[in-house]
Amino acid sequence: MTSLPEPQAIKLGLVIDLDICVGCHACVVNCKEWNTSGYGAPLADENAYGADPSGSWLNRVHSYEVTSEESDISRTVHFPKSCLHCEDAPCVTVCPTGASYKRAEDGIVLVNEDWCIGCGLCAWSCPYGAREMDPAEQVMKKCTLCVDRIYNENLPEEDRQPACVRTCPTNARHFGDLGDPNSEVSLLVAARGGMDLMPEQQTKPVNQYLPPRARPQPEDTASLVAMAEAAEPKGFWKWVDSTLDKISGGA
Amino acid sequence: MTKQPHVDASPKVNDEMHQTTCYMCACRCGINVHLRDGKVRYIEGNRDHPVNQGVLCAKGSAGIMQHYSPARLQSPLRRVGPRGSGQFEAISWDEALTEVASDLAKIRADDPRKLAFFTGRDQSQALTGWWATQFGTPNFAAHGGFCSVNMAAGGIYTLGGAFWEFGSADWERTECFVLFGVAEDHDSNPIKMGLGRLKQRGVKVISVNPVQTGYAAVSDDWYGITPGMDGLFILSVIRELMLAGKIDIEYLTRYTNVPWLVIQNEGAANHGLFWRNDKGETQIIDRKTGQAVPSHTPNVVPDLGKEIALPDGGKAVPVFQLMAEAYLKDDYAPEAVADRTGIDAARIRQFAATLAEAAFEKEVVIDQPWTDWKGTRHDKMIGRPVSMHAMRGISAHSNGFQTCRALHVLQLLLGSVEVPGGFRFKPPYPKPAEIHPKPAGRLDQVAPNTPLKGAPLGYVMGPEDLIIDDKGQPLRIDKAYSWDAPLSAHGLMHMVISNAAAGDPYPVDVLFMYMANMAWNSSMNTSGMIDMLTAKKDDGSYQIPKIIYSDAYASEMVDYADIILPDTTYLERHDCISLLDRPICEPDAVADAIRWPVCPPDRDVRGFQSVLLDLGARLGLPGMTNDDGTAKFKDYGDYIVNHERKSGIGPLAGFRGASGDKAGRGDSNPDQLDAYIENGGFWSHELPEEARFFKHANVAYQEFAVEMGFYDSPQPYDFQIYSEVLQKFKLAAEGHGDQQPPDHMREQLKTCFTPLPSWYAPFEGEAVSEDDYPIFALTQRPMAMYHSWGSQNAWLRQIHGYNPLFISTELAKKHDLQEGDWAKLTSHHGTITVPVCVMAGVNKDTVWTWNAIGKKKGAWRLSEDAPESNKGFLLNHLIHELLPPKGDGLRWSNSDPITGQAAWYDLKVQMEKTDPPADLASQPQFNKPQDLPNMPTPDGTVRYGNEWTNATRNKS
Repeated sequence: MTSLPEPQAIKLGLVIDLDICVGCHACVVNCKEWNTSGYGAPLADENAYGADPSGSWLNRVHSYEVTSEESDISRTVHFPKSCLHCEDAPCVTVCPTGASYKRAEDGIVLVNEDWCIGCGLCAWSCPYGAREMDPAEQVMKKCTLCVDRIYNENLPEEDRQPACVRTCPTNARHFGDLGDPNSEVSLLVAARGGMDLMPEQQTKPVNQYLPPRARPQPEDTASLVAMAEAAEPKGFWKWVDSTLDKISGGA
Repeated sequence: MTKQPHVDASPKVNDEMHQTTCYMCACRCGINVHLRDGKVRYIEGNRDHPVNQGVLCAKGSAGIMQHYSPARLQSPLRRVGPRGSGQFEAISWDEALTEVASDLAKIRADDPRKLAFFTGRDQSQALTGWWATQFGTPNFAAHGGFCSVNMAAGGIYTLGGAFWEFGSADWERTECFVLFGVAEDHDSNPIKMGLGRLKQRGVKVISVNPVQTGYAAVSDDWYGITPGMDGLFILSVIRELMLAGKIDIEYLTRYTNVPWLVIQNEGAANHGLFWRNDKGETQIIDRKTGQAVPSHTPNVVPDLGKEIALPDGGKAVPVFQLMAEAYLKDDYAPEAVADRTGIDAARIRQFAATLAEAAFEKEVVIDQPWTDWKGTRHDKMIGRPVSMHAMRGISAHSNGFQTCRALHVLQLLLGSVEVPGGFRFKPPYPKPAEIHPKPAGRLDQVAPNTPLKGAPLGYVMGPEDLIIDDKGQPLRIDKAYSWDAPLSAHGLMHMVISNAAAGDPYPVDVLFMYMANMAWNSSMNTSGMIDMLTAKKDDGSYQIPKIIYSDAYASEMVDYADIILPDTTYLERHDCISLLDRPICEPDAVADAIRWPVCPPDRDVRGFQSVLLDLGARLGLPGMTNDDGTAKFKDYGDYIVNHERKSGIGPLAGFRGASGDKAGRGDSNPDQLDAYIENGGFWSHELPEEARFFKHANVAYQEFAVEMGFYDSPQPYDFQIYSEVLQKFKLAAEGHGDQQPPDHMREQLKTCFTPLPSWYAPFEGEAVSEDDYPIFALTQRPMAMYHSWGSQNAWLRQIHGYNPLFISTELAKKHDLQEGDWAKLTSHHGTITVPVCVMAGVNKDTVWTWNAIGKKKGAWRLSEDAPESNKGFLLNHLIHELLPPKGDGLRWSNSDPITGQAAWYDLKVQMEKTDPPADLASQPQFNKPQDLPNMPTPDGTVRYGNEWTNATRNKS
């Protein structure tokens, strides 16, 4: 068993906007690209050009079609998923070697690969399925929140953010300190009703999801019939003529 | 608790970082390529770049795997076995180029038309088109005719510019954005960025698409339209807006040809043409005097409902009257079109109301005075904030051209083109159709050992511009600009192989192709295409005697060529993203960019453009050869800097002049490429504030355009809601004029070439029985995959490794199908057997799949058991390039009769549940060819970056 640090003030994490995500996988691939040469072992791909290619990824997008009984219109939701850097991270407490740990200074959950024995208990305990065993190295891989970017003095300051956030074309991903109620990410969460993923699991995830906005309903839109009735004078050509009169008056 | 391990939070990122342009799709984003030990460590978006402003998509982020793909060709190849066998020998560049040059020299001396030179997803058409011109063949085009020419031509002929990536919604100001059809590939990142901005601002996004996937998934409102019915839907919306008084009369009278007078003289040769005075000026009725005056007369408010008797008989009426006659009819009432479009009447009215509300109740005003070309000074820029985008979804139909025009007319009726909040053009557009070059290729324009007298592609303005002989027969191998496809602005690449194999209109000696996967996903009727590529004459020689092909990768097409000229990857080459070709400008800025070799090639490969220039010099083509016979350009990089299309205008507009301080026009600058590299790989030059909207009519913009060299004198114009060009073809079909169509084509021309946008039923649906083929079948574009290219990519193929057939819940119920079942899909042309997936968000009569995921066995260096070639499939097998026989003894082309656009979204099928195939492989399957020589064995396990992570691991 590994213990969690005392709760700290700084809680770095992501805010992911499900209303905006178009499911393009930019974050997925850019994450892989940065991290395969970054923290820990490379993110291996088995059968890279064969049947059933499969590799380790730190971030994936799942797409769901949601149907409801109230409406016959379905909706597709793209759901990017990576480690949520939980405050009560079961993947840490379950680790038999201490390899899986939560950093005291910023709350990032990491795997110390030197100590990881690849037992997979942490992946079992994670209710989100956010950890993947590297098929070549047999160590547990997971989102590092780009710990080798966000403080990296070799990068320009504006680039010190996770690769997925920097690359997201729709700006659906935000990075910041969710422990600070006045940070931009916390204000966004407050404004948009950001939510914990699967709160019943009591993991207290740091990452937050912004739900899709309600769709405008037909009755919210203007009525063309009313517009036609309001058009003065009556009759198409009379209306055209009077409109031209107005233009002439203004010319 | 144990002590926390030390983490190196500031590891080294790179040895150097180079900025160039992505080529993982057609979007052309700026990228930062981080190199370590000479290898690519990381690719990210360039923050300063006008296209992507720092972001990068999945494809761009997977560039490493493309650059190091095991499918990269290694050296020139010569075929030694039968076509399709994969039997090749490696040869030297000198052998390859000597052979190709010798073949081409013979053709050029005999009849240059015997060379058909077609390029695919070519980003260097300014060079390849010019090369064809210098060679002297009219038989040149890229893949636009297969892709989305209806959208391009519909835009140019109506607005003087198109969607594609040539325009953009005014993302910061628009109040309603409508996306028609699949559009996930053009313009990739800018649209995603734009959608993000709209969502943040809470702006309504509407999707009209049979399938609710891609961007449609995040739309606030989805209209699941029946394929091919978009035009009907749009015309119904137009009717409703007109009747509701929700059209912008002032905008229409100022900026469109709505007030122009049209001759009404039924049966006469001038019926339907614009009435012109003796100076050739079009006319409008001055509302004050009731008299006709030239349409550009300043300060005249025109009449729209009057008519004028003409001295020579008949009368003239404003275009607007014809529109009212055409569109206020009950045929277009929402109730009348609801069944066919699959959209309820109330929903059609709701759509129209949403547009009207945004346009007329959320007017955008910018305090920026400007002057229009008729001389009126405006103290503000006023816009109607409705914007739209569409691509192949509405255009890849046989009624696509008219549908695209209808969409543009809808935009114009709302007063929403080139205005704040609306749809905006990116320079050098807008530019009216009539100032584009006309195509060359008539008999008097082609001669042995002589350049073509003009460019092979252009815009015809009437039957007199067609590329036909005196009997009215086509003169191009693809029959572009013939009566089959008069306005085929991008050529008809999809017809080249079938026409060449049939020797119709004539045989060719050499088919020379670049980056065009014609033996697979870039053709309709894929199996038939393979047969044509391998078809032999009685003497045992091939019907298409020689096929030369250039590609960077082992695509399906490689196996069917005789000589392979291996291209480089995008990180190993020079390129220019040129204003002469497909620019990357923004509405507020002129921009262009380069690629340059940020990694040297490690194989015996050469950039195709350099090879083309080399061949040009070997052939002694003017423009590529010095007086002493030596090559004028060392390579493509040299050409980019030193070639001038006309004095002071070259491939790159930035850093011109001896000291690099000139924009647009200027002498060649020997240090131009260095200046681009220094500037991040691109150049961008902002438009003056006063020039940013109403560009077609804006004096400040017109002056700026002349300064930049887009044209040599101001070219202001009115948008063309009524197309006189189409009316000229209609008149010809009715028997007027010297150029006459073949009799059997007259009816079709009369029906389809309406001068105001109209809707007619897609041809394939009309040609087959509704009972036999009740289902529509089409493809969508995944955002994380670009055509075939992604299949070799170890990362992207994990995201889209195979494609099921998605069917609606209604169809699933009807056919007793569930996820995991298999179905037989049959068209009039063929049958495929495919795995099925059920979804709710699809039009009830439609099935669809992802485009170009399915692969031929052994292609792209994938293993024989790869899912792409086993479970994956192409719909292309079901689509014929010809319509089913009508019983008139003729085979009609399965394309738009106006532009020749391949009508692959017209496909109708029947579906039947079937047992899973024994090997769980989709049908049809093809044998794997032999492996090409010298190809590396793909790694089973890829551990990219291992050498660098090794250095930092094991330290704690």
